[in-house]
Amino acid sequence: MTAVAEIMDYDEVLRRFDPVLGLEVHVELSTATKMFCGCANEFGAEPNTRVCPVCLGMPGALPVVNGSAVESAIRIGLALDCQVAEWCRFARKNYFYPDMPKNFQTSQYDEPIVFDGGLDVVLDDGETFRVGIERAHMEEDTGKSSHVGGASGRIHGAEHSLLDYNRAGVPLIEIVTKPITGAGERAPEIARAYVTALRDLLRSMGVSDVRMDQGSLRCDANVSLTPKGESGFGTRTETKNVNSFRSIERAVRFEMRRQASLLENGSEIVQETRHFDESTGETSSGRRKEEAEDYRYFPEPDLVPIAPSREWVEQLRGTLPEMPWERRKRVQEQWGLSDEELRDLVNASALDLVAATVDAGASPSEARSWWVAYLSQRANERGVELAELSVTPAQVARVIELVGEGKLTHKLARQVIDGVLEDRGEPDEVIAADGIEVVSDDSSLQAAVDEALAAQPDAAEKIRGGKVQAAGAIVGAVMKATQGQADAKRVRELVLAACGQQ
Amino acid sequence: MSSTTSVPDGPGSTELTGLAASELAAKIAAGEVSAVEVTRAHLDRIEAIEPAVHAFLHVDREAALDAARRADEQRANGTPASPLAGVPLALKDVLTTTDMPTTCGSRMLEGWTPPYDSTVAARLRDAGVVVLGKTNMDEFAMGSSTENSAFGPTRNPWDTDRIPGGSGGGSSAALAAFEAPLAIGTDTGGSIRQPAAVTGTVGVKPTYGGVSRYGLVAFSSSLDQAGPCGRTVLDAAMLHEVIAGHDPMDSTSVDAPVPKVTAAARDGADGDLRGVRVGVVREFGGEGYQQGVRDSFRTAVDTLTSLGAEVVEVSCPHFEYALGAYYLIAPSECSSNLARFDAMRYGLRVGDDGTRSTEEVMSLTREQGFGPEVKRRIMLGTYALSSGYYDAYYGQAQKVRTLITRDFEAAFGQVDVLVSPTTPTTAFRIGERVDDPMAMYRADLCTIPSNLAGNAAMSVPSGLSTEDGMPVGLQIMAPAMADDRLYRVGAAYEAARDAASEVSLLDRVPRLEVA
Amino acid sequence: MSTISRDEVAHLAGLARLAVSEEELDTFAGQLDVILDSVARVGEVAADEIPPTSHAVPVTNVFRTDEVRDGLSRGEALAGAPATEENRFRVPRILNEEA
Repeated sequence: MTAVAEIMDYDEVLRRFDPVLGLEVHVELSTATKMFCGCANEFGAEPNTRVCPVCLGMPGALPVVNGSAVESAIRIGLALDCQVAEWCRFARKNYFYPDMPKNFQTSQYDEPIVFDGGLDVVLDDGETFRVGIERAHMEEDTGKSSHVGGASGRIHGAEHSLLDYNRAGVPLIEIVTKPITGAGERAPEIARAYVTALRDLLRSMGVSDVRMDQGSLRCDANVSLTPKGESGFGTRTETKNVNSFRSIERAVRFEMRRQASLLENGSEIVQETRHFDESTGETSSGRRKEEAEDYRYFPEPDLVPIAPSREWVEQLRGTLPEMPWERRKRVQEQWGLSDEELRDLVNASALDLVAATVDAGASPSEARSWWVAYLSQRANERGVELAELSVTPAQVARVIELVGEGKLTHKLARQVIDGVLEDRGEPDEVIAADGIEVVSDDSSLQAAVDEALAAQPDAAEKIRGGKVQAAGAIVGAVMKATQGQADAKRVRELVLAACGQQ
Repeated sequence: MSSTTSVPDGPGSTELTGLAASELAAKIAAGEVSAVEVTRAHLDRIEAIEPAVHAFLHVDREAALDAARRADEQRANGTPASPLAGVPLALKDVLTTTDMPTTCGSRMLEGWTPPYDSTVAARLRDAGVVVLGKTNMDEFAMGSSTENSAFGPTRNPWDTDRIPGGSGGGSSAALAAFEAPLAIGTDTGGSIRQPAAVTGTVGVKPTYGGVSRYGLVAFSSSLDQAGPCGRTVLDAAMLHEVIAGHDPMDSTSVDAPVPKVTAAARDGADGDLRGVRVGVVREFGGEGYQQGVRDSFRTAVDTLTSLGAEVVEVSCPHFEYALGAYYLIAPSECSSNLARFDAMRYGLRVGDDGTRSTEEVMSLTREQGFGPEVKRRIMLGTYALSSGYYDAYYGQAQKVRTLITRDFEAAFGQVDVLVSPTTPTTAFRIGERVDDPMAMYRADLCTIPSNLAGNAAMSVPSGLSTEDGMPVGLQIMAPAMADDRLYRVGAAYEAARDAASEVSLLDRVPRLEVA
Repeated sequence: MSTISRDEVAHLAGLARLAVSEEELDTFAGQLDVILDSVARVGEVAADEIPPTSHAVPVTNVFRTDEVRDGLSRGEALAGAPATEENRFRVPRILNEEA
């Protein structure tokens, strides 16, 4: 396929084309049971242990709708400012695939439960972009196949495949945007910011685990280009299952560049699905859309229509939690943040984590400092989301507490957090295991102070002469000598005392 | 089993196999006979005449006798499970059972024993009914003759060269051959009523949603309905009450009290139909109907009049489109329902030799596992649902369905029940229509409208056709959830019919040559 | 109204995952034609204003409470499988990508 060297420079793409995006996000609901049967909706169970005749598609078995899933779908719709259908049905989407036990997916077709809404997305610079929501509908997930033989467990070249149907029938909500136009150069960023905002919203509602790494949040990105000055949409491609927020941005950007290069060469865009390769940052050709199955949708005869009463809808509206945008506003006031500070917090996806840390007893400024600075950096190094780090707000709050009590220095605190990130247990367990403690024994500190003063006679002289700011150099030396285990405040006191300043 | 077992004389005998389910139930309840004796008598009869009839695909002698023993124990303890406790029954092989295979008459499921029970099977067991075995049927319930069974046809006990109807020919033949006093059928376009009509037995398609479909292997989900079969209207009513009622496992199950059908059957037996308005469907029973069927129907209508019913002619102008709508809706739904038979999780797998792909193995298995009628309907349904054709075929058929429902509503505004012949002809000869699908499909001409509208309907025997001596059925149709009307009118008609002849209809079944 | 071609029959067989033989293509083409001609009569009914009926009972909002129920044991789930491996259903290599 197209090599990166041949593809058009991004700025050049924007000079010639306007991008149009369409984003389809699949969200697995965190209900107790599956969409149409009472099997546990549980990630990571032993293969084929969360199955029954219904989700295995056995002859004679019949689906019954999970009322909780319908409630979640309506609540999601309301949070996305959507209309709720007065009456709608499920439909069967017919195609053969071994991960789908009935060889049809029970989904919704032309009668989605909620439709016509929008989500305001805050971009990195604080600007807001409204993404229109076309619809959100309910459907069921498929089972999982693993491929044996051939290269690296991929489907191509495999000798045979193995199927686990634990995931088959897990409730999914598919949220489809209206065409996103007018985004210009910010299209890739908007794609990322939209999915991030959606994730934050769904998490605050408690309807899904929204873990991209576990597949409970999955995004397909449709991209097309319209030549500048023209109207209408170009031929689009659909990049499937992009697995991280960063990848969404990269995939959209790559598709824009790839399509622009083809169009400039006079080639046509093939309507097809494409796959994003995390390692190269490129997309590659998948299934051509003209080869796509004819899904032969028809109303699901085994399920009766859903007609949510307006009373029910209003009752569900009343259960919506504070929306992320409302929360942002409140937090900014409560914590006295500047616009910039709030933006940093939001951009780092740290707001919920900081709030939870504050709830666990830490001060807003300490909590913010840990998540936005130190932990964000750790997440970056690991290439994961902040929320995916294996440290909880309660654990961070505990470390902050220990620092406040003088039991940890900041340096030691970071060591403790690193231990927690390595899954070595609670902060107190890491402290105990590593024998971490602040050196506050004056006699051993005194020796280090005396040594440092002797090593830096000029500095010692200045302090004795009343230039107490020179103490910093001595304190630094002592801290270095004690490998950070000393309480810097106490060291300073000892230095000043030794120089007759206290 | 011992081959010295005595074979009851068959029809007309006073042996246990000759009795109605209600009579057997009364004798068992009174301790005059044990469930084990009753069950053994039927098992012996099955063993003796199955070679001539082939009503069953699977008989479990030991399991049946165990169930009978349990029923006897419960009665001895003073806690019989239901009024039908200890009475044997033949179960159509389209309902799942954990203790017996469920094949749907198909190679695709040969030898498959489901890991769960259908709600109907579970309710029968809870009621202490003794399931003798699973009966033969057209493959996946598609057909009107039971010739489409992958395991060979069932024969009509009245004339073993003729078909016993379908798809539930095994269940109807088992009743007519006195192999079982009760049977369960399923009716998508007439598969209970048409076999009942051509074998001189009673068959009821309850209101859609009246009996749970959970565990009924789907042919056409929006039309399928399980129902009771018996040799008398009262027997069917007693069985109806055992299997009917709301089931949370079936979303389309009606959450309302079961109509009092047994009481209605007992009331009707008094033979008084004064105040009952009966509508004769003008569109059914005219040209194209066998003369003997028309004659029998006219006589039946006269009988209803003589019982005091007010008989009027009613027009249902859209019924003529019912067959077309049915043969679009049913194949469409079946093309989707049968997609699950793909060689991946259960059932047949063909051609998995290590070189073929999943796609190839699926296609080969489906090609070899399904018979021609099933494939024909899958193809037809795939066509009717495909893009570009949906509106003209499936969409239009669903509109016709609305019009037929409206015809029924208008008719039931004027009358309490509608009547028509159950089938245009009596049982045809085996092989006669196998190469002419449309001729075969026309067997369900009169039964289909009730499936499309979801209302209740019954076939009750209305004597023998003069030209071939084969049984004819009278169809009675009632509004949804008014199943009790069928039983009242059916029982009244049945009593009058038997009173008019020297012997009851089934006493005239020819004696079968036994092995 | 309809004349269904051999090619169309082959296309339908592909959609329906039926490996029909050459001979069957002809048989089905002929039979489907006859059946479609007959059932196409539904088109004679002018029904522009008529709503379609998808369900025989006028019931809506049938829901289940979100409570876990016992399903099948793994043994029961796999018992009918043509082939298994590592507690999973074993199937031949898959050519097509997921839809």
